[in-house]
Amino acid sequence: MRDLSAAVASEQGPRQVLERISFDLYEGETLCIAGESGSGKSITALSLMGLLPEGARVTAGEVWLGGKNLFALPEREMLKVRGGEIAMIFQEPMTSLNPVMTIGTQLVEALRAHRDVSASGAKADAVQMLESVRISDAARRFRQYPHELSGGMRQRVMIAIALCCDPKVLIADEPTTALDVTIQAQILALMEDLQKQFRTAILLITHDMGVVAEMADRVVVMNQGQVVESDNVANVFTSPREAYTQKLLAAVPKLGSMAKRDRPLRAAHSEKAPMSDQRHQPVVRVRDLTVRFDIVGGLLQRPLRRVHAVERISFDIAAGETLALVGESGCGKSTTGKALLNLLPWEGRIAVAGRDIAGLSPAAMAPVRRDIQMIFQDPFASLDPRMTVGRLVAEPLVIHRMAKGQELEDRVVELFRRVGLGPDALRRHPHEFSGGQRQRICIARALTLNPKIIVADESVSALDVSVQAQVLELLQELQDELDLSFLFISHDMSVVEQVSHRVAVMYLGQIVELGPRAAVFENPRHDYTKRLLEAVPIADPTRRRGDRVRLTGEVPSPVRPLDFSPDYVRLNDYGNGHLAAV
Amino acid sequence: MKVIRELLRRTLATFGLTVIAVIVVLAVLAPVITPYSPNEQTFDGLTLEGAPLPPGGAFLLGTDLLGRDLFSRLIYGARTSLVIGVVANGVAVLTGAVIGITAGFLRGVVGAVLMRFTDLMMAFPALLLAIVLAAMFRPSLWIVALVIAMVNWVQVARVIYTETISLSERDFIEAERSLGASRGRILIQHIAPHLVSTIVVWATLGIATTVLLEATLSFLGIGVQPPTPSWGNIIFENQTYFTTAPWLVFIPGVAILMLALSFNVVGDALRDILDPKQKGRG
Repeated sequence: MRDLSAAVASEQGPRQVLERISFDLYEGETLCIAGESGSGKSITALSLMGLLPEGARVTAGEVWLGGKNLFALPEREMLKVRGGEIAMIFQEPMTSLNPVMTIGTQLVEALRAHRDVSASGAKADAVQMLESVRISDAARRFRQYPHELSGGMRQRVMIAIALCCDPKVLIADEPTTALDVTIQAQILALMEDLQKQFRTAILLITHDMGVVAEMADRVVVMNQGQVVESDNVANVFTSPREAYTQKLLAAVPKLGSMAKRDRPLRAAHSEKAPMSDQRHQPVVRVRDLTVRFDIVGGLLQRPLRRVHAVERISFDIAAGETLALVGESGCGKSTTGKALLNLLPWEGRIAVAGRDIAGLSPAAMAPVRRDIQMIFQDPFASLDPRMTVGRLVAEPLVIHRMAKGQELEDRVVELFRRVGLGPDALRRHPHEFSGGQRQRICIARALTLNPKIIVADESVSALDVSVQAQVLELLQELQDELDLSFLFISHDMSVVEQVSHRVAVMYLGQIVELGPRAAVFENPRHDYTKRLLEAVPIADPTRRRGDRVRLTGEVPSPVRPLDFSPDYVRLNDYGNGHLAAV
Repeated sequence: MKVIRELLRRTLATFGLTVIAVIVVLAVLAPVITPYSPNEQTFDGLTLEGAPLPPGGAFLLGTDLLGRDLFSRLIYGARTSLVIGVVANGVAVLTGAVIGITAGFLRGVVGAVLMRFTDLMMAFPALLLAIVLAAMFRPSLWIVALVIAMVNWVQVARVIYTETISLSERDFIEAERSLGASRGRILIQHIAPHLVSTIVVWATLGIATTVLLEATLSFLGIGVQPPTPSWGNIIFENQTYFTTAPWLVFIPGVAILMLALSFNVVGDALRDILDPKQKGRG
């Protein structure tokens, strides 16, 4: 394959979703298509493969692969190209693998669809392929079903399937977005190695500028169906020509950019330091919090195994302080947040604004809920789609009988104004808003009761970077103005670095490191914190880790047999409130 | 009021509403409108050979094989069918919905007991149950309605149960809990409104089913007792003469179809109107 140029225009009804996209992709090269949601990057990939969804079609343009014009090929020829010459991997490896077939069968199927090999030959090739994507114990994995593998493993299998027929082009559509950072680092490293080995051209589609900086040789930045900028990676990052690219890059949080600063990035200059000293009572005090779930099964619904979601964690949050809780999926960070609101059963001691909340009945919990509120990850899912947003924001006041009639209306209008929405928004329903606006509505809702602390559970992870920056800004303003505290739960180290005063790192249900932000980020003590920081892709190609540490291993599971008793980590004090497990 | 205005903006729904309204008015005003008593065997209602008269002439829709005026019987039959279709089916849907919501919301032991009972009823052949019940009580219109309600609530309960459970797992319900909303508030404000569309659809679909079940029961002699007419038993009384007097089956058949269809289109439109995402379409 020498050059592939695409000029595609697709139309969905009268709406143009792509306008004259052109780019080349050379052998052994990685081209990143970067852009925010709705920029048309996935549509571009799908039209290359001739797999556009119902209703969308290519209206003009051509794609050349080697010497062939793909759009002129009959469907039967296209079948050979798909998988044979252009392979694709998707974001969600669980849904792109067939759950009722073993991964071996799926690999063999892909192999035999494009190559003339015997069944036993295909099997041998498949096992070898699994080994080359560094799946341990390949012969055994061959017979397993997708649900028996972890997310990272499944993505490896997808890559194995994609590469088994030695395609010229590999299209990877957000291949690591659904994965934890340490696993993401492994997969990206794997893709790089395989590229060297197979001389495959990779078309990597991602919204994550960190991944772009890490992987790309050249970058195409897309916005609203158009190519904004197209250049090699160094130029795009160091001297972006277009305003849009500059804005996009400015919004991207870069890990390490906060060195030598003590307050959060967007905090006002006149910021009052969080009152974390002994004289003031912390807003939230957590001692030995433990949450375990039983997994029941069988005819009698007896407990079979136990999830040790959270094991004896303790922390305080002072007024006006942001404590970030970071960790990978399954580490118990969301569970901790929910326990603070008594949304699930837990053991230990939690005090919110001086009130012990253990075992409170829903009625007794009501006054506590005025002090602690929560913002969820997915703003759309956490708003009742049948209510107008005005009613949704008013609801906390109605529930707690704190306002009615004109006063209620005024309060709601005021809250909307506070989060940057006009009063005309009140009568609309959640689906009529964009993701960022919806998250503002959720914030307004959390603010309604004038809480002292807000638990923000991955509250900006689902948003595009530019919107994410705006929402973070809003949260910071609120903190400055209202002296709010936040428990900021996130997996994204770069965001955490920007917003937090203190950071707690969770691993397998326990806090392994806790301390002031600067200390944790600049001088991490625990191995896991170090690994986590190393795994984060940084949106700066000059800081690309040339010889990347090849991380191995999986995110361990907190599911244990019933008689399991956990080993508790012991935290060592490194001074200045910096604690870390040894 | 707003809902009705919305409904009238839709051609199909307006048509459905009109048909339902006409049938209701006819049924209510039956004694005034009908030219003959529904059970009167008129002397000139049969040909000299004893065959029923086709539509037209003195009898608008013809006569049945006993020489009774079909138009009059049809209108009186509408009373029966409406009671069955609306009341019996309404009771069935309501019972099913209440049981489904309760089981789905409370879960635990209460939920398990309610749903196992529902499964039990589901496994029982509906017709057999109806026959047993009808045999125990002397069949009358209200007993028939009750019997129909008792066999028809099961599917509704099952569907609503599943939907309540999946709703309870949604994020916004957890968000409500975190705001401190009481269980009652969550149930009434945030779960029930989402179930309305399902309930409406089942209610409209159920009308056709119940009218037909009534007809079946009538045919077996355990439904509405002759000579009281119902659309179902008019068909079954006359079906053996289908080849010589097709209108006797055809006309009440069309009546059932129109009623069921009208409720269906109105139900469909209602579901769309009640869904905020559909606003501005249609």
